[in-house]
Amino acid sequence: MTDTAIASGAIFRAGTSDAEIEAAAAKASRHRKHMVLFWRWAILAAILGGWEIASRTAIIDEFFFSSPSAIYERLVEWITEGTSEGPLWFHLWVTMEESLIGFATGSIAGIVVGIALGRNRMLADIFSIYIKVINSIPRVVLAPIFIMIFGLGLASKVALSFVMVFFVVFANAFQGVREADRNLMANAQILGAKGWQLTRSVVIPSAMSWIFASLHVSFGFAIVGAIVGEFVGARYGVGLLINIAKGSFDAAGMYAAIVIIMVVALAAEYLMTWVENSLAAWRPAPLQDNQ
Amino acid sequence: MSATDPNESPAIELINVSRRFITPDGKSMTAIRDFNMSVARGEFVAVVGPTGCGKSTTLNLVTGLASPSSGEVRLFGGPVNGIDPRIGFAFQTDALFPWRSVIDNVVAGPLFRGKPREEAYAKAREWLARVHLTGHESKYPHQLSGGMRKRVSLAQTFINEPQILLMDEPFSALDVQTRVVMHDVLLDLWSEAKASVVFVTHDLEEAIALADKVYVLTSGPATVKSVYPVHLPRPRVVSEIRYQEDFIALSKTIWDDLRDEVTRGAARDEARAA
Repeated sequence: MTDTAIASGAIFRAGTSDAEIEAAAAKASRHRKHMVLFWRWAILAAILGGWEIASRTAIIDEFFFSSPSAIYERLVEWITEGTSEGPLWFHLWVTMEESLIGFATGSIAGIVVGIALGRNRMLADIFSIYIKVINSIPRVVLAPIFIMIFGLGLASKVALSFVMVFFVVFANAFQGVREADRNLMANAQILGAKGWQLTRSVVIPSAMSWIFASLHVSFGFAIVGAIVGEFVGARYGVGLLINIAKGSFDAAGMYAAIVIIMVVALAAEYLMTWVENSLAAWRPAPLQDNQ
Repeated sequence: MSATDPNESPAIELINVSRRFITPDGKSMTAIRDFNMSVARGEFVAVVGPTGCGKSTTLNLVTGLASPSSGEVRLFGGPVNGIDPRIGFAFQTDALFPWRSVIDNVVAGPLFRGKPREEAYAKAREWLARVHLTGHESKYPHQLSGGMRKRVSLAQTFINEPQILLMDEPFSALDVQTRVVMHDVLLDLWSEAKASVVFVTHDLEEAIALADKVYVLTSGPATVKSVYPVHLPRPRVVSEIRYQEDFIALSKTIWDDLRDEVTRGAARDEARAA
């Protein structure tokens, strides 16, 4: 607590009691929190307000850039009355289903393959070249191929999500295994750990923070995979909504779809952080610079 | 097997052992050469030598984590086959599992070795009490001080009841006061466990205070320069023993011997860096 007070530059006269210092620190920390919140909202208001004014005064062309109020109206319309293609929730659910399946299968496969290759130098040396080759393919160009192979339904979107997620998670799991502390490995071995025990008790826990770092990014990638897939060819999904809005030059519709995806991705990010924090209770608390 | 009674063979024997490494640029480097050492059962041996002379390599050969390029390593008269379950190892740096609580760290060894959970946890609590850590069972290593972490490490090692205990500068990262406390904890545990100990250190006073025998190594490639028996009575109180006259005299003798090697090692390092 006193650290915060010192950091905020407060100087106390001699003989100040701990309670006073703590109260001052708590106040400084509250003040800081309010400042952060205030500026966050202020910047949002400035951006949206500027956008609205600019489009009403025709500084920017509303046909291309729409306006916050038009986007809001479109969102309300989609939520209350549904889209031209049916209820919004159904499309959102389809996209989420594709992303979640792609994310789950892609990250599990990435973790398993990453750990397997990380633990086995020979396999790693053999397969590394193939992984590099495949990894160099821009993932979105696979969308038409997957749609051709797997059809317009769920499978092609899941496949695209899968490849988007797999390589990120794989690379991190692999690196995490390689970075496992030699001393900890030696200690576990001398204590009696063999084969799978060693992997489970040392290798996986040490790779965990690397893996989690990749899961944060890759959920976003899973959504990208699903939406790009829908965009290229689908009967349902948020990507389809964007595609239809594009076809009818409905700028507000495209932005509204983006807003929906933003909300979903942010919620997922918070959920992931929460899961990570509850799994990693052993880690030292980060420096309290967020007060 | 040799003809001698295996019950009388020393705990550890290194016979004419050499160990060569291949450096990253493909050259062969000798870490230890023609190394001979014998540690009797229940004996406490300290190994001192200049930094980087190959002390840790010696220990790795005994654990089975590394094997000798030539020569022979024997444990209780038998050859070393992989990692021997009779061995315990104390590391220089922190080797506790940071994601496990104190008790889960201590219980690791017995669980790896297939002991039933309840028995293992009961035993772990017992060992934590012996190193005075009762009440800290559910804390994580990062919440403990350096000295407490070392005590957890000792409990983690001793719970496996090793017959051979290898220690690689285990207390070098601790401050002087904590180190002296740890010396007494260690001697206490050792006198009960009756294990054979090889204690590698660069601190000569620590070596004399703890050991029955002090091995002085040459600067790399390491080989045994001389062996000094330490005839100080046990049980010893490490914080007081260092003021005894015998201790000071012995410490002077060994230091005269060690100093040449330290100077030579430093000169070599400078030449290499230049």
